[in-house]
Amino acid sequence: MIVRVSGEGQFRLPDEDADRLNELDNRAVAAVEQGDETGFRELWSQMLELVASDGNALDDEELVESDVILPPRDVTFAEATGEFTGDGLIPD
Amino acid sequence: MPGLGGRMSTVIKSKISRMLDRAEDPGETLDYGYQKQVELLQNVKKGIADVVTSKKRLQMQSSKLEQNIVKLDTQARQALSQGREDLARVALERKTLAQTELQSLDTQVRELEAQQEALTANEQKLRQKIEQFRTKKEVIKAQYSAAEAQVRISEAANGVGEEMADLGLAIQRAEDKTETMRARASAVEELEKAGTFDDLSQLGAGQDDIDRQLQELTSGSQVDDELSKMKAELGQGGGDAPALEQGEEKA
Repeated sequence: MIVRVSGEGQFRLPDEDADRLNELDNRAVAAVEQGDETGFRELWSQMLELVASDGNALDDEELVESDVILPPRDVTFAEATGEFTGDGLIPD
Repeated sequence: MPGLGGRMSTVIKSKISRMLDRAEDPGETLDYGYQKQVELLQNVKKGIADVVTSKKRLQMQSSKLEQNIVKLDTQARQALSQGREDLARVALERKTLAQTELQSLDTQVRELEAQQEALTANEQKLRQKIEQFRTKKEVIKAQYSAAEAQVRISEAANGVGEEMADLGLAIQRAEDKTETMRARASAVEELEKAGTFDDLSQLGAGQDDIDRQLQELTSGSQVDDELSKMKAELGQGGGDAPALEQGEEKA
């Protein structure tokens, strides 16, 4: 699957990572709903780590849409409140 | 997709999708799509230029604050050498305020600088993608049936559209940031207009609102410390300050 980190470009991740990412995404939504910024920060950095460790940056010549678009690395908690809602970034 | 997925469907992206749905002939779609991308790239460039302009303005404001700090320091010294500790204190309070503002402004300008670099790099990348699209459209035109070409070009155009929308979002964030900074900077400017950094000789004896606000804003101890230091440098003893510890006495 193709994941974009906003402002940093696209990455190709193995499809198996979708479940892991979705799980983190759902937990991030829960953290945001509870106003738990520390918890959110922790989950958010785990999501970024997953992309960094498993993902390969897409070549500039590939013109494809992403399956998932993650917010910018420096997303604020206030911004996250608007993004990580409902089903999260990845619909269940 | 909820969340950011929804937010990414910005005007730019929908513009491209709409225009692709409109044309019947894939060849026409392709050329029009490319032309539109090039036009939108101009908007992106303009957005980055706006961020740079705002940043420069803030840098100017920052150097003005630096001048004020030097001025206030000099005035405090003068006031003290004339035995006007009250005026020196006011000047130092104002200097402390200006220093606090300057620090936060400088930090933000540096952050903005980093953002600007990232924007420029991404703009370069987007330009490459558009160029790639141009090459690709010729291949698609030549090799595929109308129906298939339509599908392939939609994919490619959406890829470019997403890139463009993402950069648009990044520019938007940078602009929001300069907006916040500018609001803060103009608050300092208001203080300046209200005479906060004006010549101290113009100050009346009584305290005005600004003075009271300043006293609340600035920490007394920092001002006290600086006052004693200044006294030491000017060779004035007295008071309860340990003034002469480090300085040399005047002959």
